[in-house]
Amino acid sequence: MSQTTVTPNRSPVFSSSRLPRWAPAVIAVASLALSIGISLVAGWESKVQWGLIAALLFVIGSYAVTARIEGRRQAKDRVATSLVWVCFLLAVVPLLSLAWTTISNGAQVVDGYFLSHSMNGVLNSDPGGGVYHALLGTIEQVLIATVIAAPIGLLTAVYLVEYGKGKLARAVTFFVDVMTGIPSIVAGLFVLSFWILILGFSFSGFAGAMALAILMMPVVVRSTEEMLKLVPNELREASLALGVPKWKTITKIVIPTAIGGITTGVMLAVARITGETAPVLLLVFGSKIINGNPFEGAQSSLPLYVYQEYGIGTEQSIDRAWGAALTLIAFVMILNLVARGIARWKAPKTGR
Amino acid sequence: MAKRIDVSGLTAYYSTFKAIEDISMTVEPRSVTAFIGPSGCGKSTFLRTLNRMHEVTPGGRVEGKVMLDDENLYGSGVDPVTVRREVGMVFQRPNPFPTMSIFDNVAAGLRLNGSYKKSELNDVVEKSLRGANLWDEVKDRLNRPGSGLSGGQQQRLCIARAIAVEPKVLLMDEPCSALDPISTLAIEDLIGELKEHFTIVIVTHNMQQAARVSDRTAFFNLAAVGQPGKLIEIDDTERIFSNPSVQATEDYISGRFG
Repeated sequence: MSQTTVTPNRSPVFSSSRLPRWAPAVIAVASLALSIGISLVAGWESKVQWGLIAALLFVIGSYAVTARIEGRRQAKDRVATSLVWVCFLLAVVPLLSLAWTTISNGAQVVDGYFLSHSMNGVLNSDPGGGVYHALLGTIEQVLIATVIAAPIGLLTAVYLVEYGKGKLARAVTFFVDVMTGIPSIVAGLFVLSFWILILGFSFSGFAGAMALAILMMPVVVRSTEEMLKLVPNELREASLALGVPKWKTITKIVIPTAIGGITTGVMLAVARITGETAPVLLLVFGSKIINGNPFEGAQSSLPLYVYQEYGIGTEQSIDRAWGAALTLIAFVMILNLVARGIARWKAPKTGR
Repeated sequence: MAKRIDVSGLTAYYSTFKAIEDISMTVEPRSVTAFIGPSGCGKSTFLRTLNRMHEVTPGGRVEGKVMLDDENLYGSGVDPVTVRREVGMVFQRPNPFPTMSIFDNVAAGLRLNGSYKKSELNDVVEKSLRGANLWDEVKDRLNRPGSGLSGGQQQRLCIARAIAVEPKVLLMDEPCSALDPISTLAIEDLIGELKEHFTIVIVTHNMQQAARVSDRTAFFNLAAVGQPGKLIEIDDTERIFSNPSVQATEDYISGRFG
């Protein structure tokens, strides 16, 4: 009688019951709701706590549900996926929160006037004023630091990868590692004692730039070294076998092949030193007026400006601090975008 | 244009490890000489001593004499860079420069050596690409990156790059081992044409290939792992493959090895 149903009742070998695609979303919502419920009952008020409990419930819930319906192997896979998602959120939430706070507080302050005026003659409790002098100082100091540190760092990395053998190379590597660990305030104190106290120069943007260069150099060396190591040895040999001298092989083949990565590394180092406050505080001193000469007299810089305005503590100065913080973030971000553009433009092409 | 290579008593080391010992042979100009032998017997090492690429490897060291016509490559005061301009090399895996276009890859040797006139460059590139049987395939896309070509085309591009600097000798280290039979055929035909102008030395694991392309064949072997490789015999290819004078050669060629 049952000749119409050909489909056998046996379970197929390769396909098994699967959770629908929206299942993770449902589990996520359910665990969030559950965690809020638990927290309200227990009287916990911290939203961070809610989130962490929800994350935990989400991982456990995914495992339990998947193990029940799909099987243990799939459940383990799902747990790994959930953990990746949870970690991603844990990393992104503070970032977004930081960006949001800065933008919402700073956007109302930053305008053409703010970017084009200094604090000259502006009282702490006055509205108005701007970051022009600090932005100018930051650009000049970072530029000088980069001009000092990038070539030295690049050449050191070339030495370590292409020439360095034996004791000297090991010593250089060791000191580069030590330099990576120098706290910025120590770099500032070093330049302060050497340049200002012993040699007798005065506070200047250049003094700050030297401390920034000390901080930048090891980062450039390390990243450039890694990038140069990635260049296949076959390319060096191909060039040498054409009768090209070693130095030309390095400048014309090895460095161009790695230039994208090197640029990114230098830009990350620039981003790192742009936000440094301590050495600038010691060496550049801070100033309310525009000083375009980095070799003479006190300057300001964006992080120092933020620190000082926030320290004053009036409503207007705190607004200005947020505005400067936003300017700083935007400045670093624009630099990074430019660097990425250069890296993409210069990267080895593979297209057919 | 092509030159004779005369090797006598050549021993090469990697730091303290002796890779090849006491090799002497003559490579005739305008001929193809093939090196065969089991892996690790020092064929490639020996090949790299012929243009002083061996010493590029950290710890690489050479004793003995390599005469190119009447000049010792290992004589005092010889600049390895000028040696490599005379003795070009093609590697096992195609390695075009990834930052350069097809044109720039071929022109690289001349440009980087700084000795060219701009007007000559176009001619040299076309001549080299024609010489490498690649011109017709790439003439419409000389400005595209070299790494966009197929493996066989890339290898011919590398050959074009090597012959663009007009070396006297061309060393090839298993140039077809990463290629399919059709590309291999293209390269083998090319070797046949190139030997009109160059002295060619080729390392190969493919015995049929050695029999097809070479005029003379050298068989290398090593007594045991960790022992240095040695030249067992070198003779006309026909003789090596039909009636070798050493039993080990015959065993290796007929597959009765070990």
